[in-house]
Amino acid sequence: MTSTTEQFADLSATTLLRFATAGSVDDGKSTLVGRLLHDSKSVLTDQLEAVERVSASRGQDTPDLALLTDGLRAEREQGITIDVAYRYFATARRRFILADTPGHVQYTRNMVTGASTADLAVVLVDARNGVIEQTRRHAAVAALLRVPHVVLAVNKMDLVGYQESVFASIAEEFTAYATGLGVPEITAIPISALAGDNVVEPSANMDWYGGPTVLEHLETVPVSHDLTACPARFPVQYVIRPQTAENPDYRGYAGQIASGVLRVGEAVTVLPSGRTSVIEGIDALGESVDIAWAPQSVTLRLKDDIDISRGDLIAPSSSSPATTQDVVATVCHVADQPLAVGARVLIKHTTRTVKAIVKEIPSRLTLDDLSQHPNPGQLVANDIGRVVVRTAEPLALDSYADSRRTGSFLLIDPADGTTLAAGMVGESFASTAETTVQADEEGWDF
Amino acid sequence: MTATVAHVHEGTDAPYALSHLDALESEAVHIFREVAGEFEKPVILFSGGKDSIVMLHLALKAFAPAPVPFTLLHVDTGHNFPEVLDYRDRAVAKHGLRLHVASVQEYIDAGKLRERPDGVRNPLQTVPLTEAIQSLKFDAVFGGGRRDEEKARAKERVFSLRDEFSQWDPRRQRPELWQLYNGRHAPGEHVRVFPLSNWTELDVWQYIAREKIELPEIYFAHEREVFQRNGMWLTAGEWGGAKEGETTETRLIRYRTVGDMSCTGAVDSDATTLDAVITEIAASRLTERGATRADDKLSEAAMEDRKREGYF
Repeated sequence: MTSTTEQFADLSATTLLRFATAGSVDDGKSTLVGRLLHDSKSVLTDQLEAVERVSASRGQDTPDLALLTDGLRAEREQGITIDVAYRYFATARRRFILADTPGHVQYTRNMVTGASTADLAVVLVDARNGVIEQTRRHAAVAALLRVPHVVLAVNKMDLVGYQESVFASIAEEFTAYATGLGVPEITAIPISALAGDNVVEPSANMDWYGGPTVLEHLETVPVSHDLTACPARFPVQYVIRPQTAENPDYRGYAGQIASGVLRVGEAVTVLPSGRTSVIEGIDALGESVDIAWAPQSVTLRLKDDIDISRGDLIAPSSSSPATTQDVVATVCHVADQPLAVGARVLIKHTTRTVKAIVKEIPSRLTLDDLSQHPNPGQLVANDIGRVVVRTAEPLALDSYADSRRTGSFLLIDPADGTTLAAGMVGESFASTAETTVQADEEGWDF
Repeated sequence: MTATVAHVHEGTDAPYALSHLDALESEAVHIFREVAGEFEKPVILFSGGKDSIVMLHLALKAFAPAPVPFTLLHVDTGHNFPEVLDYRDRAVAKHGLRLHVASVQEYIDAGKLRERPDGVRNPLQTVPLTEAIQSLKFDAVFGGGRRDEEKARAKERVFSLRDEFSQWDPRRQRPELWQLYNGRHAPGEHVRVFPLSNWTELDVWQYIAREKIELPEIYFAHEREVFQRNGMWLTAGEWGGAKEGETTETRLIRYRTVGDMSCTGAVDSDATTLDAVITEIAASRLTERGATRADDKLSEAAMEDRKREGYF
């Protein structure tokens, strides 16, 4: 982990892992984040000196690594935590973007925010307390947001004598619960963030544990997906028409490939109009290519001069999504003002924003025990519920289970622009009973 | 993508993986295009410093072969490095862009701003900046700020809503979910947009090297007359120079950031090439701002306080 030239020479070839942390302050989340940054040598001298200075002025003997993540005046002075902070660090193997989500204030919307772009979530548990309500809530949010990998970090192992049996029973209980929610991959790691056990360095105190440290796992967990298995989706962001002497006829559709792979020569359908054409060329930021894949930002040129504008979706004709004006989804309400049945809202889906009305709120979910409350009438801050939304124009939606990018949307208050809710189209949790006959045909119907 | 798809590819062996620089570039281009698609009158804050140079480069790629659909705005403190102003003007001419300049000196001359006793002009930029945004009616303002620069910036959104006084209120920030940026704003409000939010200083340098982007000469090691003040090597200029007890000497230095001459310090360096600079940054044990910016040392929350007032 030293910063030698050889190690950094080829850094541009490394991959990027986005991950989020979840856990209350008492679980030691700030210490874990501080420890990860510190032990991976991502904290520079002047930052550490600032932490040492503040720690000393508070009469602490050792630098309080949690101070590394205390950003704002109000946070330091009042001990409140304001929303998500993003932190960056790198090892020779990978670059990391960490969504550091505060655990104790407005936790659901914060964790939803952090998890929305995460490839991996770290759920922290205090070894003395085991799986508690909040742990189940964190697992449920990770499952709801379909974060591909979940790490259970059983912290404060030093306070339970580094006993294997304590870790094993917590890991077993959590894995059973999270697997039931459809979390595809769970890795449990016994740690002490304060002492540094199994965070970056393997622990000498837990020789019974043969798995990776937290950092090792973060460095090696696969982040790429088999994109060829997903149908391509290309939301049009902007139409490029230079109309200059050099490029009198250039007409390109700029956007970021949301999923899948696009190839020159492929037959495509434009939604919602349903017009068809063929990809004539792909310009990948100045370079003409035959093939491009998510999440590349490219510009497509089509054989036919058809009417396409921002908000349209280009997809392979062989696997284009259906369009609908009736959106059935799970939403996490993120605003302070409530969302009621009958509310007129805007829905922002990929690059398309349309008017909509909330027709029904069939149920509200309690994350603590996954119980459902029918017809709550409205959702308030941090509520998660099912909604039925009627849109003024058709949208080309995928299920969130198939695409986090084309299956997600925002509900926006048209009056003041406030982001009201984060929406996920389709079933809430992944079914783990796909191979068996579904006894309850409604599945997770809340 | 789906929960049931097997994740068979690991690291860069995957046929459809993107390197981290490609991923950051793609994300930044997406942000530029979102703004072009949703706003009436965006502008790029352009100082001739490396972050704004990378922003311009990304904007050129995002809309090619069409021209960049944004104008540029520079807040000139009156104490900028001549080499950087020269670079700025050449870049504007080369790409046929339109540049607005908001001048701190003009505000001082008109009596609308008062020179600080320490002569540091960076904090004085806020008023000309916010008044230019209001009077020219910009509704989206691109800045090169990165979240790795400073702990207050770690809390900044990619789309950051500012009120009619350009103020940043960390408690009023919109949650930012997936890549769905919400740019809606009331008349008089505007949105600050940070396409380089997820980049680090090293990413910026690696990208500059990969894309072979030209930079002002002062980013590379050269001999220069400097003097030391508050632990920083400063260059004398119209803004002032060595006072009694401060001696001028010739040193081999380069600049790691480029801002106002009165508060931007040089670092000792023999890095004359991009590769040498990258090696130096990778091995450095000091942050960019900690090493060379006086304005962030004014108080522990200096950056946050300036951001709240409307600074970037």
